[in-house]
Formats: sequence, structure tokens, C-alpha cells
Amino acid sequence: MLRKLLPHPYLSLTLFVVWMLLVNQFKIGSLVMAAILALIIPHLTAAWWPDRPPIRRPLSLFAYALLVLWDVIVANFQVARIVLFMPNARIRSAWITVPLDLKTPEAITLLAGTITMTPGTLTADMSSCGRALLIHALHAPDPDAVRDDIKSRYEARLKRIFE
Amino acid sequence: MTFALEIVIAAFLVAGGIFGLIGSYGLLRLRDPMQRLHAPTKATTIGVGTALVASAFHLALQGQGVSWHELMIAIFLLLTAPVSALFLAKTHIFRTFPKSDLPDPGTGTPWATHDAAWPAKPDRINPPS
Repeated sequence: MLRKLLPHPYLSLTLFVVWMLLVNQFKIGSLVMAAILALIIPHLTAAWWPDRPPIRRPLSLFAYALLVLWDVIVANFQVARIVLFMPNARIRSAWITVPLDLKTPEAITLLAGTITMTPGTLTADMSSCGRALLIHALHAPDPDAVRDDIKSRYEARLKRIFE
Repeated sequence: MTFALEIVIAAFLVAGGIFGLIGSYGLLRLRDPMQRLHAPTKATTIGVGTALVASAFHLALQGQGVSWHELMIAIFLLLTAPVSALFLAKTHIFRTFPKSDLPDPGTGTPWATHDAAWPAKPDRINPPS
């Protein structure tokens, strides 16, 4: 019953909170509107999102978000330095294949997003079976090190959270 | 106290402007489209981020209380930037990169952009190995 009413409890919660923060004022009317949206939107989108993401450790997800935020800031300085000071001839761009241990689609999506936002790497494609990601690195003299770093720093953490 | 805070706000705004400028400069000077994708997805996120921090401080200084809109903008930006970057990258691969120019996925299947059968049926994704 509850499962039918709320196909995606986390999505409902997120929609509710986001609506309240967008309104930015605490009113009863917005509470009702937020509840309506939180009930209806998950039903409208359920066809494209059949499974629930299994989040084993919500707290670790929060810690992961902080880690990524920090890395995004560091990434900005690194990319800025490359853009400003490194001559074009010395920039070694590379394509990197990252084989995936993750199986959950939501976790892979998060990993792909993380890679795009962090140090000089960008998710460009996925293998059609979903077991490898294609990464483009702006400046990677050692592509294997970049791959190992992604696997140990981000994928291992996501695996603990989702699987 | 107010003056000190105003200096902090100004510093954040200037930092945001500088990073936005670096991102746009990178777009101009890097050589190929894949490299150019890097500059706006990263250098600009911190540019917008610092501008948002300045905005939040400014509103707090004016006594309008805490505004959550800045946090929302930051989250939406972090969620949407990777998606648009991925779409640009996939379009670029589709139009200009033959299979032989990309590394092998190592999974026995081609990259999704080169797979004529993509989008696949759900049971083809992540088959049990």
C-alpha cells in the first residue's frame, strides 16, 4: 500500500524539501503544494525509473557529497592553472577506459557525474553493456594512475553506499 | 563588522568573475572540442559558486534572513552540468570519432554511441557476468 502510494520515497522527500526551499517562506499553502508535488511527480516518472535505488548508508552519501565538493574546488584551481599557464604543446589529453565494478544504475550515474565535475576528467560515454565508462582527461601524462584514482577514491566509496 | 563582511563579499564576487573569465578563455585557447569541454564544466562551476556565496552573505547582511535559493542553484548546477557535458561529448563522438580512434571498452561490447542497437532493452544492461 505504502509502496504503491510512494514509489520513490527518497524522490518524494527531495521534491518536498526542494519545493519548500524554493518558496523560501514557511506557509501552510506551500506545505500542501509541496506534498501534492511529492505525491504526483514520482508517479508520473515511475515508468522511466522502475527500481528503487538501494541506499544502504545515507550518512556515507552525505560524506561522499562533501568529499566531491572539496574535490570540485581543488579541480577548479588545477584546471585554471592548466588553462592559464600550460602551453598547448605540453597538454597531454587522453582517452581512458574505466572498467566498472558498480552494478546499480543510480550509482553509475553518480560516478559519471562525479568524474565530470572533478580534476580534469570528463565522462564521455558508457559501453553498451554498462560495465565500462569512457573518460576524457584534459592533462594525463599517466592515464593508468587516473583510472586507479577514480576507482579507489570514488567507485569504492559508492560501492559501499549502494551495494 | 559590516565593512569587513562587505570586503569578504566583494572578494568572493571578484574570485567568481576571475574564474568565469578563465573558463571562457579556456574555451577559446584549447585546441580540440573535447579539451574545450573541460574549461566550462569546471572553471565556471566555482565561478558561479563563489557568486552564490557572495549573494547569500549579502542577503544575510541586509537582514533578510537566510536564503536557500543559492543552495538550490548550486545543487541544480552540479546535477545538470555533467548531463549537458555528456550530451555534448556523445554528439562529438558520434559525428567525428570512428571506433578505431577510441580505446577498447574491454567488455566485448562497443561504446553506447557506436552501438546501433542502443538504447538497449533493460535486460541487456548489466547482464550477470
